[in-house]
Amino acid sequence: MTEPIIRHYGPRAYSDHPPFRYPEYKSTIKRSPDHDLLKIVATLSETTGPGPAWSEVSVEDADLTTNATGEPALGERIIVTGHVLDEYGHGVPRTVLEIWQANSAGRYAHWRETAFPAPLDPNFIGVGQCITGEDGEYRFITIKPGPYPWGNHPNAWRPSHIHISVLGPALGQRLVTQMYFEGDPLLDLDPIYLAAPPHSRERMIARYDHDVTTENWALGYRFDIVLRGELSTLEEVDEE
Amino acid sequence: MNPTLGQTPSQTVGPFYSMRLGEDGQNVIPTPAEGGERIVITGRVLDGDRHHIEDALLEVWQANPVGRFNHPDDRRELSLDPTFTGFARVMTDFETGIYRLETVRPGRAPDPEGGMQAPHISLIIQGRGMLNPVFTRVYFSDEIEANKDDGVLQAVPEERRPTIIAELEPGSDPKTFRLDIRFQGEDETVFFDV
Repeated sequence: MTEPIIRHYGPRAYSDHPPFRYPEYKSTIKRSPDHDLLKIVATLSETTGPGPAWSEVSVEDADLTTNATGEPALGERIIVTGHVLDEYGHGVPRTVLEIWQANSAGRYAHWRETAFPAPLDPNFIGVGQCITGEDGEYRFITIKPGPYPWGNHPNAWRPSHIHISVLGPALGQRLVTQMYFEGDPLLDLDPIYLAAPPHSRERMIARYDHDVTTENWALGYRFDIVLRGELSTLEEVDEE
Repeated sequence: MNPTLGQTPSQTVGPFYSMRLGEDGQNVIPTPAEGGERIVITGRVLDGDRHHIEDALLEVWQANPVGRFNHPDDRRELSLDPTFTGFARVMTDFETGIYRLETVRPGRAPDPEGGMQAPHISLIIQGRGMLNPVFTRVYFSDEIEANKDDGVLQAVPEERRPTIIAELEPGSDPKTFRLDIRFQGEDETVFFDV
């Protein structure tokens, strides 16, 4: 019988990620583990994952400026592009990016959003998805989301951000992050952004790229997403 | 070789993830062509004060009833209905914090030492207030023999194993297994670094 491939991934670099508990972001206080995580030797259950099958049945829905009704959404149209890579620089092909965000006024089209009196846009639902190509490249078009207030502390405002979910080929690569915009003055006031360590938090900032900007149509931003990578030789596995 | 790029930091899915990650019906994994035993796994997700978490997202990954994963790396010559994804997304109920997964009992998949794992379901849990995903597994209380041989389960200190073994509700049809997921405290769910 043909044997399964059991790949060996480098560790989740917890020192590059936020801590589970970051008291300035109050909701983390009671929703974070007390015990240390229990390290296990990854089995086929962890080195496989839903990404390939889920990406296979996902279809591109990568223009959030028109995917609500076909009529154009209001706000600043932007192009977001980049690569999904592993930490060794290899593109992650054919993996789905699932996207959700507020509209240009900072309002989510979600039933739980009742406190912020900003207008909804009937032509913007703020959800979409795109699938990476063979080299890991992706591209979507959307409206730049507005900042919005939240209840974490007095006069708290989230910086403009886009939620991006990536499954990747292996369960252990699961990543949900938020993409921010360079130069946003709210970044240094936002405990969710600041929860990521100083050395890694700028990896979540999209950079303006004039080569992506399209004349008379939309500004362009570049944003790469880096997942855990697969160790390539047995020697490296032994060292781990 | 050291990594050349740094991993992108994780962030919370926030309160609005269900716009994209929680469409209705994703809490059901249909029975594949191979057949399989319908089961229900249900329970509450609880915070450090044992209040229910009203907006947790559970992502489910499992093998099919003969133990094969729908993934290109699982090349074993076992039956696999291609419509069986083995993937589900389950949200806790906003009022009660209860989750409910309807699926088929997974078969046994191999472990790295050449043995077989006990039937189990992998879970990724996320939510508002969770800056990183947490990973755990659900085992079954009626798989007594298989559970004894499972390397991951046996690596868990004995007193903590009940936190990841779902209890069969006597007389339930379809068989219903209960497991609460708890953050913090002595009886905290075991979360794995996978």
